[in-house]
Amino acid sequence: MKKNIFKSDGFQSLLASLLCIVLGLFLGYLVLLVINPAGAGEAILTVIKNFMTYNRPASQLKYFGNTLVKTAPLLMCALAILFAYKVGLFNIGAAGQYCAGVALSLYAALGLGWSWLPCMLLAICGGAILGGISGLLKSYCNVNEVISGIMLNWIVLYLTNMLLTTVKEDASPYTKVLAHINESAVLPSLGLGALFNNNQYVGLAVPLAVLMAILVWVVLEKTKFGYELKATGYNKNAAKYCGMAEKRNVILSLMISGALAGMGAAMLYLTGYEQWQCSTSSVPAMGFNGIAAAFLGGLNPIGTVLASFFIQHITAGGAYVDKSMYCAQISDLISALIIYLCGFVLFMKHTMNSYAAKREEKAALKARAAEAQAGAEAEKGGDQ
Amino acid sequence: MALLLQYTLIFASVLILVALGGCFAEHSGVINLGLEGIMIMGALGGALAMRYISPNVPAIVMILGVLAISALVGMVYSCLLAVACINFKADQTLVGTALNLLGTAGATVIVKAINTAANPDDVSSIVQYAGAKKAFTVSLGSFEFSWFMLVTALLLAAAYVLLYKTRFGLRLMACGEHPQAADSVGINVYRMRWAGVLISGFLGGIGGIVFITAGVSEWRFEYGVAGFGFLSLAVMIFGQWKPQRIALAALLFGLFRALSNVYMGFSFLMAMNIPSPVYNMMPYIISLIVLAFTSKRSRAPKAEGIPYDKGQR
Repeated sequence: MKKNIFKSDGFQSLLASLLCIVLGLFLGYLVLLVINPAGAGEAILTVIKNFMTYNRPASQLKYFGNTLVKTAPLLMCALAILFAYKVGLFNIGAAGQYCAGVALSLYAALGLGWSWLPCMLLAICGGAILGGISGLLKSYCNVNEVISGIMLNWIVLYLTNMLLTTVKEDASPYTKVLAHINESAVLPSLGLGALFNNNQYVGLAVPLAVLMAILVWVVLEKTKFGYELKATGYNKNAAKYCGMAEKRNVILSLMISGALAGMGAAMLYLTGYEQWQCSTSSVPAMGFNGIAAAFLGGLNPIGTVLASFFIQHITAGGAYVDKSMYCAQISDLISALIIYLCGFVLFMKHTMNSYAAKREEKAALKARAAEAQAGAEAEKGGDQ
Repeated sequence: MALLLQYTLIFASVLILVALGGCFAEHSGVINLGLEGIMIMGALGGALAMRYISPNVPAIVMILGVLAISALVGMVYSCLLAVACINFKADQTLVGTALNLLGTAGATVIVKAINTAANPDDVSSIVQYAGAKKAFTVSLGSFEFSWFMLVTALLLAAAYVLLYKTRFGLRLMACGEHPQAADSVGINVYRMRWAGVLISGFLGGIGGIVFITAGVSEWRFEYGVAGFGFLSLAVMIFGQWKPQRIALAALLFGLFRALSNVYMGFSFLMAMNIPSPVYNMMPYIISLIVLAFTSKRSRAPKAEGIPYDKGQR
C-alpha cells in the first residue's frame, strides 16, 4: 500500500509553516490595503523581495550579505528559544540574554581592548548567567520563567545602557566604532566578505551560526543529555522518577539557551555592523523575532535556519517600502502575525491527520466493498 | 509628597486593573500572557478617542467615552487569544507572546498610518492628547486627583463581588480548578473561559489607557507599555489571585514605580546620588525578589494553562 505523504510529520510541519507564511503575508497585505490601496501590492512585493529590489547584481549581492549578517544572531536567538522549548521552558528572556551579550562583548572590545574570541566568550558567559538566574528561580522558587525573563529583560536593558555609556562617542548616543578603536575585536572575515562584493561585515558569524544549529540538533537528538532534557520537558515528574536530575536539567538548559543568545549578540556586534544606542528604551527585538523563527521552523534546528533567514529577509525588506505611504514596522507586524498563526499549527496537523485517516478509511471500505462484491459474484458463478 | 502619593495611586490603579484582568482569565483556566498587547491596544483606542472627541464635550461624556472605547478595543483584541487558546487549543504562552508583539507592531503601524495620512512629513508614532486629558483630573491643592482612581476602586469592588458573591464567579473559578467536574454539573466550560478572557480584555484595555495618561500627555506607541502587563502578572501572583491582596500588592509596586518619576523631589534620595536608571530598574528588581519568596507557596488555579478538551478524561 502506498504510504500517505500527509502522515509524515516533517511534511506536515513544512506544509503548516508554509501555510503560516502565506496567511501572514496575506494578512499583512490586507493591512497595507486598508492603509493605502494604491501601493499595497508593490509594498508587499518589496517586503518579499528585500535585497532583490536593487537593480545591479553587485548591490544585490552586497545587501544579500547584510541580510546574512543579521540572520546569524537571529538564528542564535531562535536556537536559544528552541533549546529551552524542547525542555518545556519558554525562554522569553532570550531578548535580555542577547542584550547582556551586546553589553559585555562591546564593553570588552571597546573598553578593555580584548580581541574577538575572549569578547565572544564573555558574551556567552553573560547570557548563560542570566539564563541560569531564570533557571534557579524556576527550579528552586517556582517562579514562572516567562515572568522572570521579562523582568530580567528590563533590568538588563537599563544595565546595558549604563555600562555602554562609558564607551560611547562624545557627540552621539551611539557606542564608538569598533574598527576604529580595536581592530583585533572584529570577527575574522575568512575571505567570505569577498564573495559578497567585498561586504566587510560578512565573516565567521554566518558559518558559525549554522554550525551551532547542527550542534544543537546533535545534542538534542543524538546524545543522552539531550534525551534527558527532552524527557524532563515531556514530564518533569516522570523524569525525576527515572532518576534524572530534573532541577539541574532545567537550570542547565536555560543556561545553554542563554549562552546561545549571548553568543548571537557577539556575532552581530563584533562585526561592527551595528552600534548600540545608549538611550535605547525598549528591549532589542532580536530575541522576540527568535520566537517567530523557532516556531516557524517547526522547532527543528535545521528548519530554524531557513525560517531565520526568511524572518530576517522580510524584516530587512520592510525597510525598503515606500515611506511616504507605509512604515517599516509592517514587517514586524507580519512576523507577529506569523507567530500568532504558528499557534494553530497543532490544529492544522490534527486536521491533516484526520484527513489522512478518513481517506485511508474510505479506501479500506472501498477495497472491502470491492472484495465483497467480487466474492459474491464468484459465489453466483459457483451456483450456476 | 503629594506628587509621590499621586503617582503611586495612579500606577497602582493600572496594576490593579490589569492584574484583575489576569486574575479573571486565570481563574477561568486561561493564562493571559497577552495582557501587555491588550493594554497597548486599549491605550491606542483610548488615545485615538481622546484625539477625535471634541474637547468641548462635558467631562463626564469624555471620561465614559474614552473608557468605553478602550475597554471595547481591549475586549475585541482579547478575542484573538480566546479563539486560539479555547477553541483551537493553541499553546497559551506562544499566543500570548504573539499578541504582545502584534500589539506593539500593530499600534505603531496604525498610528504612523494615521499621522502620515494627516501630514505626509509626520512619520512619528506619537499620539497627543494634552487637551482631552484635562477632563480626567481634578486638582485638590497640589494633589492631582484622577477619576481613573475612582473607577479603579469601583471596579475592584465589583470584581470582588463578581468573583466571590455571584453564581457566575464561583462557576468561573470552578472552570479553572477542575473543568471536567464543572462540565459534569452542566457548566459550559468553553463559554466560561471565553467570559474570563473577555473580562481580562475589558480590564486590560482600561488599564492601558490609564497607564499612558499617567503623567504624560502624549505617547509614542513604538515603546509599547514597558513591561507593565508583565509587572501586573507579578502583582497577581504576589496577590495570590485574590482581588483584595492584589490591591495591596499593587500599592507596593506602584510606590516603587512612582519613585522613578519623582525621586528628584526628595532631597535625601538625591543626596544618595543613585543614577536614574537604578530607579527605573527598581520595580522589576523588587518584583523578582518578591516572586522568588512568594511563588513557592503560590495557589494558582489548578487547571490554568491546560486547554480543555471535552473528550478527555
